[in-house]
Amino acid sequence: MKHKKVRQSATDVAFDVVNHIFVTICVLAVLYPLVYIVSASFSSPPSVVGGKVWLLPVKPTLIAYQTIFKYRQILVGYGNAVFYTVFGTLVGVLITFMAAYPLSRKGMPGRNLIMGLFVFTMLFSGGLIPTYLVVRYLHMVNTRWAVILPMAVSVWNIILMRTFFQVSIPQELYDSTEMDGANELTTMFRIVLPLSGPIFAVVVLNWAVWIWNSYYYALIYLRSNELQPLQIILRQILIMNQMSIQMSADEIMRKQGLVDVLRYALIVVASAPLLMIYPFLQRYFIKGVMIGSIKG
Amino acid sequence: MRLQQQSALKAAQSNELRKRFRRYGQLYLILVLPLAFLVVFNYIPIFFGLILAFKEFSPSRGILGSPWVGFKHFVFFFSNQSSLSTVSNSLILALYSIAAGFLPPIVLAISLNEIKNRFVKKTTQMVTYAPFFISTVVMVAIIMQVLDPRTGIVNKLIVGLGGESQNFMAKGNLFMNIYVISGIWQATGFNAIIYLAALTGVDPGLYEAASLDGASKLQRIFHIDIPMLIPTVTVLLILNVGQIMSATSFEKIFLMQNPANMGSSEVISTYVYKIGLLSNNFGFSTAVNMFNSAVNLIMVFLANSFAKRVGDARLW
Repeated sequence: MKHKKVRQSATDVAFDVVNHIFVTICVLAVLYPLVYIVSASFSSPPSVVGGKVWLLPVKPTLIAYQTIFKYRQILVGYGNAVFYTVFGTLVGVLITFMAAYPLSRKGMPGRNLIMGLFVFTMLFSGGLIPTYLVVRYLHMVNTRWAVILPMAVSVWNIILMRTFFQVSIPQELYDSTEMDGANELTTMFRIVLPLSGPIFAVVVLNWAVWIWNSYYYALIYLRSNELQPLQIILRQILIMNQMSIQMSADEIMRKQGLVDVLRYALIVVASAPLLMIYPFLQRYFIKGVMIGSIKG
Repeated sequence: MRLQQQSALKAAQSNELRKRFRRYGQLYLILVLPLAFLVVFNYIPIFFGLILAFKEFSPSRGILGSPWVGFKHFVFFFSNQSSLSTVSNSLILALYSIAAGFLPPIVLAISLNEIKNRFVKKTTQMVTYAPFFISTVVMVAIIMQVLDPRTGIVNKLIVGLGGESQNFMAKGNLFMNIYVISGIWQATGFNAIIYLAALTGVDPGLYEAASLDGASKLQRIFHIDIPMLIPTVTVLLILNVGQIMSATSFEKIFLMQNPANMGSSEVISTYVYKIGLLSNNFGFSTAVNMFNSAVNLIMVFLANSFAKRVGDARLW
């Protein structure tokens, strides 16, 4: 008996060792490219092109970052991205709440039908061109409205928030407020909203990350460079190689490999805000996934 | 007599209904704004789409005034080799992504679940979750930097090991592999969350009973963890396959496209964008999208009813 136990714990120890090695490999596989990019962005251009950077910055310099922040288009893109994220999130969360809360109330006649109208649009859509035509008829093409309003209904977030209300606010609470003679608006502002902090955090974060990271709507609806969000500018520079800092300087930079370092620095500048904030907000994102897995 | 009773009952019922409508009146008012958005930006486009797919759009005559062409766009779509290949590319890429992407998060979740040190567990979760927050543009830029023939780390490794530098992005047959592998890198940590949650819900008594019976950790994984995960896995898999028509990301594919890989990277969504907005062929683009939407609707319904029968979970 005793012998058996010892042998088992030996295989368990072996398992633990292998498992820790596996987890370490996973962490390194994710971390290494990110660390490399950060290091390369701080390294001197010749050492990046010469292949001398492996883990830490070689001959550290801030030249890439200094160049980036002189590039006006990037600053404009950053500003626009902040604008769209703030206002898009505001509108999106408002619409999400205004749809989710009423539809979470069990006694409301027609509730399932209306919810069905929302859910159906997840499965069937008019598609790119018909939506574009609607936006064009509303004279919103190439205006800031076009990247804030057309996507303001996010059925996924509505389902998330609705599930939260259904699961965490008991019917008895509504019944007792009704007996106290409170009307629906009072109930909403005094009882429901104070209880909904966590779900607002989840939905606000979902919206903000989505708007900050996406470029689809800007690609379709915006023409003017002055209106483009950061992701479109990044696409022009990182993917399409349109780095139009003075043409004469461009040739010299290419020779020195500054272009490569600039690309790394740009990746860092674009991703750092989210990657630095999210560990502190991680629990809300995880909470979002959890609520999403409950069927409403 | 009976009739009177019935009508009294009906009156009472409609009275009750009226009372409920009055009680919830303010809630209906709140719903007006989201419903207005839904109608303007979702239902009017659906209505436009159903018309436009059967018309030759002329900008001067508008949607309603443009001439009907019947099924012309659909016939053209199905008789045209290059448009048909977008369908097969979409399906293959989506199936490949689902097939290759479904196991890694499960393995990661099981592995994390066995880590008892809270710090190690939290750190691993945090790090593997991080790539999820990288935008598509940056993700594709990272792919291009990592695979760069001159300075990318992959080629530096190959050259360092005595091989020859390769231009991976210019090889059309590698497009799908690059798409799928980078997708796994980016999403595994995020997708593991749901499985980890399912494992956290396992009754600790089960583990204790198993160890009392002399089960090793590996045996506990195979006889407790995996059976506990199977319902979640099955349902997610069915639902993923159901969403096959919308499973691939326009944003990512569009950025990864270049002339060399167009043969395997042109999918329905990028095709719809190009013929619609770049070539201004509104009717045809809408028709292609309509076809996609219709198949999507059918697939999701099938998957949903199937998932309901297999497991207790469903999309709605």
